[in-house]
Amino acid sequence: MANTAEFTAGHDAHDAHDHDHDHKPGFFARWFLSTNHKDIGTLYLIFAIFAGIIGGAISGVMRLELAEPGMQWLPAWVGGNIDASYHLWNSFITAHGLIMVFFMVMPAMIGGFGNWFVPIMIGAPDMAFPRMNNISFWLIIPAFLLLLGSMFVEGPAGFNGAGTGWTVYPTLSTSGHPGPAVDMAILSLHLAGASSILGAINFITTIFNMRAPGMTLHKMPLFVWSVLVTAFLLLLSLPVLAGAITMLLTDRNFGTTFFDPSGGGDPILYQHLFWFFGHPEVYIMILPGFGIISQVISTFSKKPAFGYLGMAYAMVAIGFIGFIVWAHHMYTVGLDVNTKMYFTAATMVIAVPTGIKIFSWIATMWGGSISFKTPMMWAIGFIIMFTLGGVTGVILSNAGVDTYMHDTYYVVAHFHYVLSLGAVFALFAGFYYWFGKMSGRAYNEVLGQLHFWVFFIGVNVLFFPMHYLGQDGMPRRIPDYPNAYASYNEVASIGYAIMAVGMVFFFVNVIWSLFAGKRVEGNYWGEGATTLEWTLSSPPPFHQFETLPTIK
Amino acid sequence: MASAKNHDYHILPPSPWPIIGSFTALTMAAGGIAWMHDVAWGGWVFALGLLGVLFTFYSWWADVVREANTGDHTPVVQLHHRYGMILFIASEVMFFVAWFWAYFNAALAPSDIESIGGVWPPRGVEVLDPFVYPLLNTLILLLSGTTVTWAHHALIHGDREGLKQGLWLTIILGALFSCVQIYEYSHATFGFSGNIYGATFYMATGFHGFHVFVGTIFLIVCLIRTYKGDFTPKHHFGFEAAAWYWHFVDVVWLFLFLAIYVWGSDFGAAVVPGAHG
Repeated sequence: MANTAEFTAGHDAHDAHDHDHDHKPGFFARWFLSTNHKDIGTLYLIFAIFAGIIGGAISGVMRLELAEPGMQWLPAWVGGNIDASYHLWNSFITAHGLIMVFFMVMPAMIGGFGNWFVPIMIGAPDMAFPRMNNISFWLIIPAFLLLLGSMFVEGPAGFNGAGTGWTVYPTLSTSGHPGPAVDMAILSLHLAGASSILGAINFITTIFNMRAPGMTLHKMPLFVWSVLVTAFLLLLSLPVLAGAITMLLTDRNFGTTFFDPSGGGDPILYQHLFWFFGHPEVYIMILPGFGIISQVISTFSKKPAFGYLGMAYAMVAIGFIGFIVWAHHMYTVGLDVNTKMYFTAATMVIAVPTGIKIFSWIATMWGGSISFKTPMMWAIGFIIMFTLGGVTGVILSNAGVDTYMHDTYYVVAHFHYVLSLGAVFALFAGFYYWFGKMSGRAYNEVLGQLHFWVFFIGVNVLFFPMHYLGQDGMPRRIPDYPNAYASYNEVASIGYAIMAVGMVFFFVNVIWSLFAGKRVEGNYWGEGATTLEWTLSSPPPFHQFETLPTIK
Repeated sequence: MASAKNHDYHILPPSPWPIIGSFTALTMAAGGIAWMHDVAWGGWVFALGLLGVLFTFYSWWADVVREANTGDHTPVVQLHHRYGMILFIASEVMFFVAWFWAYFNAALAPSDIESIGGVWPPRGVEVLDPFVYPLLNTLILLLSGTTVTWAHHALIHGDREGLKQGLWLTIILGALFSCVQIYEYSHATFGFSGNIYGATFYMATGFHGFHVFVGTIFLIVCLIRTYKGDFTPKHHFGFEAAAWYWHFVDVVWLFLFLAIYVWGSDFGAAVVPGAHG
């Protein structure tokens, strides 16, 4: 494990910030033509925050509309046309899902923290392909523009935007959306996918090939392991999505019948292809979070991660099993009983390596000298909330139970517990953990704690009632509902408002700290922070490790 | 940093190609969407974007070749390129998995609508005889796999003339494959649209054909570089990458041949006698 790392290349560590002659390019070349992993990581983080604001604002509108039964707000924005307001709702849920998955969580986790810290943690001066790294970033800008633009062009006849959900199932996405909106969404996914595949190639090559002398695979920090597994999932799953959405494109525009039964095609084929990508995708969103949580828990417990090898190979196991459980998203399409039995059993098996991770985090804290700084609060919150979301996942994995739960708010509650309270908690843990390292300035601890507690309460008030709504049978993806569901929905919408207040603390903290935060030293967390980034100045020099460190 | 770099990794200066490539790709996508929806300017914008993307490919790889020739590609950087190429091919394999999946989904449980009839190949589809042109193409590609290996061995042994001969032959065989494929497409009696047979057949073999085209261009680039004096017996990864890509294209074809042409025609039994020339 890397906490045995001894830093032997002395000059980088202490006097780097004394040199003003870091050969940084000028502003335009530095930020638009970059080949520097830290700058590209920063661009990714800025982009992810920006996209997160848009995606979060869309969900705010959704909670506003759902706060009480009836159609309150949306019809007013589309000239009182009730059908148009229903479609507006559909395009909102589509945009919220795609933005949060492809343009917030993935860019922040892999593009942001992965770029910033994978090279440093393995003792490398940069990524293996620094120029290709930049096209991974720049491709998501056109992808995002195409997705946002799709909301303003025709989807179904007479209405604007793609109202297909993030899954883009045919035949809704084919004959149901003759306008160009869905084509824009498809090509947006093509570009975002290309970005991620190139990024995955870059990370795998970097991790396999650029580890500093002595940094064996079994000494790599767990965050690096998590990005390695994630990169393999991206590399092997995204091309299948690319194939599936290419079939959508030709079905839509060139008369093929991949998903059209009238030409011998099969709409279920799309679901298989989509979820063969889509299920690994959910692990792509959470695995780097696992890595971040491992670093944070270890640092603030002042102990190495418990069961290091088990932790690493649990992620490998989760990644592998993640490829063979996809049809548990399709229990209601008419799979035969044996198929459902297999997918139920295989899905439940994932609880084993996941349990290894949860219990190892707890064991890492056990007997440790714990300090409850903001990143640690997010990490502990992550463990509790992710466990809750994981348990509802085991419930949903059962094909019999899922027949009842499918497409209800129970599913919405489940995946928001693992994503909004899992992946997002991990992102905030990582953000507070590394903020000083990246910016050179300390965040404000009081604002950080306020952010955590208000957000924690808010998202639980927001998402916990959804379990009950789902059990009571409220379907997802509709803007209106009977009065029976009113009270839980009102509570959930209040939860959104509390969460939004929490985010105000976050933004105030970031802006205040960037300009007025106390300057921090190289290792501001002290003895628990043992990975290589803590041997460098904060922020690190423009090119670190010009003499490679040696790991003992 | 004040200190000079003290390692063999390649630290690159800023480059305009990523951002140019991204926005020309956006131009291509936007133009393509407009084109598909019959907007008058769509095709032109698409073409403009495509030119921009091709220009980016050219300029970017020209930089890579220049860097190779000025010694930036140390052994460890060459190893990066090997990893990168293998991983890229792995992702390409998964792309073809999607098309094979669509094919087997349709072929193993054929739809019982009237135009399919619950059988594969679908009722009324005059499939191509696997043992005429597809078999010829299989032999062409397998032969081209040997000629590219010939070129490689010549290169390793410093035989520049052998390298050129092997590459020329491989390129000619690649072009020949494409010609036979075009001939066969133009003589097929089933169409691209309206039927799952045509959809899976043309998209799977069409994407393969596109990869043959790309691989042929890759080999042509290697040939041009050979004439310009690039590649040494010890340092010629550009050539090896082209050869790997070529073998990958070759293997995909073998699976297409066996699955779609041979098995998909019931080992030739489903071929209508005299239907095709």
